Amino acid sequence: MSILPVNLSNVTVEKRGKRIIGPVSMELPGGGLTIVLGPNGAGKTTLLRTMHGIERISGGDVRWQVSRREAELHQSFVFQTPIIMRRSVLDNIAYPLHLRGHPRKASRQQAEDWAQRIGLGDALERPATVLSGGERQKLALARALIIKPDIVFLDEPTANLDGSAMRDIEQLVQDAHESGMTIVLATHNLGQARRLGKEVIYIQDGVIQERSSAKAFFAGPEDAGAAAFINGDIV
Amino acid sequence: MGDIWEGLEAAFWLIVTLDPELVQISLRSLQVSITAVAIAALIGVPFGAWLAISRFRRRRATIAVLNALMGLPPVVVGLFVYLLLSRSGPFGVLGLLYTPTAMIIAQVIIATPLIASISHQAIRDLWADYHDLLISLNTTKRQRMRALVWDGRRSLLTATLAGFGRAIGEVGAIMIVGGNIENATRVLTTSIALETSKGNFALALGLGFVLIAIAIAINLGIHAISGTEREGRW
Repeated sequence: MSILPVNLSNVTVEKRGKRIIGPVSMELPGGGLTIVLGPNGAGKTTLLRTMHGIERISGGDVRWQVSRREAELHQSFVFQTPIIMRRSVLDNIAYPLHLRGHPRKASRQQAEDWAQRIGLGDALERPATVLSGGERQKLALARALIIKPDIVFLDEPTANLDGSAMRDIEQLVQDAHESGMTIVLATHNLGQARRLGKEVIYIQDGVIQERSSAKAFFAGPEDAGAAAFINGDIV
Repeated sequence: MGDIWEGLEAAFWLIVTLDPELVQISLRSLQVSITAVAIAALIGVPFGAWLAISRFRRRRATIAVLNALMGLPPVVVGLFVYLLLSRSGPFGVLGLLYTPTAMIIAQVIIATPLIASISHQAIRDLWADYHDLLISLNTTKRQRMRALVWDGRRSLLTATLAGFGRAIGEVGAIMIVGGNIENATRVLTTSIALETSKGNFALALGLGFVLIAIAIAINLGIHAISGTEREGRW
């Protein structure tokens, strides 16, 4: 049974008296590849963290199809700055399986397969902390995908990466989506949004201003702010 | 200057001839301090890790007290343990006063706050790095502590070695609770104090050099085994 859809009703997040997002009400069904688009500081990261459950909400409710505890086990998050543990490449990738009590040998075999897939097959025992930026993000993505989650949240996963690393990451995201995972990816990279998106949520000032299919959105958004954003205006 | 050369010469001959008394005293020093530091690490490291990831009332005060306890005067600890273990004290019935066990107890009390405090600082920095990931992965508190202690093991080793340095070089507390009894509780530091009081400066210096050599050897050995400072490890 899938943990999706997830329903947000009147969700607000406030920090030090300032509203970061909200009120946000939306339903996210399973199987989509949703791009959360918006300028810097719009609330993209907070929206993703709120859905994932690592942001304390000030009001409203986030509901999954299953219990919160069950839902937490079937989702992954990839951070903008990859968090790399001070262990080998192999142990980093295998860590979520280790937490779930998978047998060590099987976990390491799966991690090795993932390392090969992301081009780190020759660096299995290398300390992951010495990897390049692109390699770190690929490792973080492999670590997120190894548990075969129902939904993966990616917070600007290619920010500060060059074209080659960006292409590799986007391919991994596409593959994950085609294997049945629901993807929610925050970005302010319009090219990436066009390449990957099936659906776009445009957020500005913490409020969802527009939500539509990627095709319709890029053909001509209804929201004036969204139109200005895709025209490259400063919003 | 002459005393120092004589000390070096004395240390050289004590080591080369494997002086039986020196060997016995050195082994007792190591036995007491290593046991004490092992116990202190078993208490201090998990406590430091727990303190780094826990939020509770008076947390800041707890950390401040822990940091202050790093500077516990050994003589006061010795007096405290003496009162507890003396015949009229609450644990007098155990008959531990003037035994190596009493010296271990005193050194555990001295080393634990130091190890816990340095561990807390090391784990706190690592926790700041790992926080979002470990929360995102729905780890339990126990799993977080395990991950942080394992990944921070090199810093924690340094904390433990700092504890060892404090324990092996300590004299005030073990003099009070051990009594510096020949063939029973005499260790390197108490021997140095005794020889100095007798005016045997060369022998005292010789023992001092042996003590320093042991401390350096233990540190080098542990760093070599654990592979710290190896390329690509920082």
